[in-house]
Amino acid sequence: MTLFSKRSRSGMALIALALGVTLTATACSASDGGSEGGGDGGGDSYDIAFLPKSLGNPYFEASDAAGQSAVEGFGGTYKEVGPTEATADGQVTYINTLTQQSVDAIVLSANDPNALCDALGEARDAGVAVVTFDSDVDPECRDLYVSASNAELIAKKQVDLIAEQIDGEGQIAILSAAANATNQNAWIEEMKTYLDSEYPDIELVDTVYGNDDDQTSFDKTEALLSTYPDLKGIISPTTVGIAAAARYLSTSDFKGEVALTGLGTPNDMREYVENGTVTSFALWNPEDLGILAAFAAKAMIDGDITGEEGDTFEVEGLSTDQTSYEVGADGIVTLGDPFVFTADNIDDFDF
Amino acid sequence: MTRTLEKTTSLPTAPPTAARLRTLLFGRSAAIIALLVIVWIVASVSVDNFTTPNTLYFLILDVFPVLLIALPMTFVIITGEIDLSVASMVGLSSVTIGALFQAGVPVPAAIVVALIVGVIGGALNGFLVTTVGLPSLAVTIGSLALYRGIAVGILGTTAVTGFPDVFGDLVKERLFGQGTAIPGILIIFIVLAIIAVVILHATGIGRSTYAIGLNKEASAFSGIDAGRLKFWFFVASGTVSALAGAFWTLRYDSARGDNAMGLELVVVAAVLVGGVSIFGGRGSLIGVIAGVLVIGALRSALRLADVSSDVINVATGLLLVVSVIVPSIISAVSRFAERRRVAAAAS
Repeated sequence: MTLFSKRSRSGMALIALALGVTLTATACSASDGGSEGGGDGGGDSYDIAFLPKSLGNPYFEASDAAGQSAVEGFGGTYKEVGPTEATADGQVTYINTLTQQSVDAIVLSANDPNALCDALGEARDAGVAVVTFDSDVDPECRDLYVSASNAELIAKKQVDLIAEQIDGEGQIAILSAAANATNQNAWIEEMKTYLDSEYPDIELVDTVYGNDDDQTSFDKTEALLSTYPDLKGIISPTTVGIAAAARYLSTSDFKGEVALTGLGTPNDMREYVENGTVTSFALWNPEDLGILAAFAAKAMIDGDITGEEGDTFEVEGLSTDQTSYEVGADGIVTLGDPFVFTADNIDDFDF
Repeated sequence: MTRTLEKTTSLPTAPPTAARLRTLLFGRSAAIIALLVIVWIVASVSVDNFTTPNTLYFLILDVFPVLLIALPMTFVIITGEIDLSVASMVGLSSVTIGALFQAGVPVPAAIVVALIVGVIGGALNGFLVTTVGLPSLAVTIGSLALYRGIAVGILGTTAVTGFPDVFGDLVKERLFGQGTAIPGILIIFIVLAIIAVVILHATGIGRSTYAIGLNKEASAFSGIDAGRLKFWFFVASGTVSALAGAFWTLRYDSARGDNAMGLELVVVAAVLVGGVSIFGGRGSLIGVIAGVLVIGALRSALRLADVSSDVINVATGLLLVVSVIVPSIISAVSRFAERRRVAAAAS
């Protein structure tokens, strides 16, 4: 390996300089147009930042894109920031950054119910409205939570779907996202309760975690099927998980033998519904969720609502055509029932 | 890993003053510090909100675990070894504190136990590397999985939260009051850093550390007990990682088995950016500290400039690649020029 000659040292300084210049270029070009375009000709500015669990998750890409058109529709400034890995500490750095940039509202899906609290507290102290959606934090740490549905409805729907597909008996397993995902764990608890009371002949043999990573989820599916040869069905309440599991099943001997349902997006699942790997799965419309969250943030910024139970606010552009929502207990706004996709209706959707 | 040396190996002696001054002005650490200054100035000029005290405050809190762990990691890497189990130890320490707190043990006592866990974990690595003689890369990849497995196993899928506010406040306390930039917790790092700098750059232990990394055989002939030194460096690495775990737990008020997932690579990257050779025998703590801060400042500035995280990761990767490759290229070029000069003189 190298030993520095004395000559190379001034070279290092040169390199440092060159690197610095490069950074200048990136930083400048990046911050150009960053702070412009805000404001909407007087009145309130709606500077709203979406912070998904991680970037590159198609589900959040759909909800955030719809959130973007909603925000721009009412004359606000939209941006999406977030970590590349779905970690709480990654989100904290972004919450801190947004606080420094004094945005008007943060709309986030939390990777951890508690770890973000302190950073969110600082954001709120600085006058930033905090709206969570999809995955909540401790209610004391935010102003409002926009929930896609409620845990009970989501859990029951998935259990009913799998029960229907395996005729109400046999072994099933759950393929979840991260072991600490707030919403996943709440649903799994509800599923267990509902299974015990409604379907005594169905046995939940295992819950495994694919961390919302395609490859990991794929491997975990393979492992499940080799560990439990009598497995009849898999529930994967995560869009990344169900797609990976379906991809594994569709090319394996288990295709059509082992049922798979859960929460997926039509675009991910289309081919597996068409080739018979999957009969039905559920979800809500993430676009509606993003729109609802954007309007909730707007209502917070306007001071129309404060997160008190019974507050109402207006929404435009939902696929369900609902235009008015009411804040429930604990500052929760609920979008509605999960929707079931089957071969009959899947082609009506594109997200 | 064997290294070929162009010079005959002797124990490093103190260089003459003039050479020392040159190293100080144009050495590898100086280049990293210059880079840090450049990044800072550029960001201050071109990125909105970068000059606020909060930037530095959040930056220090964000890189604090990396700063801590980079100290012992520098010693470990200079001796030609590596410790990849550090992030798993952060998680294990975090879980230890969480589980004990859940069982009603007061937080300070739980932290002491976590530090003991760190000592044991580090000693296990050290034992396997020095006494058993296994390669540290293999050993610590093993303990990376082992410690993370135990951590996730103990708490399962739950996070322990609700630590008394006083501890969280203590960790996040600003040294000079509201709105200032320096978190008080930095004092812990400064004390440890001073100790580490003195040991590495001003004692026989430090000289032996370099000697082991430069040439194991030669150092053994001169009576250095490489095994014993390495063992204690691994212990230090485990202990400091456990301390970082305590910080992590209290800062986020969240004890979890998957805390600090992937942090080991961040630490190693920072150490390499700081000018430490992965082959051992070369590097300085000042450079490493500047390296950690360069990466932190770069990421912080790019975040504030609304650059997407993918691009930020690419920039961080480029920084690492450039800082490791460029010195090799420069020295190769200068060696080539040297040879041509010698050839020209000979003909």
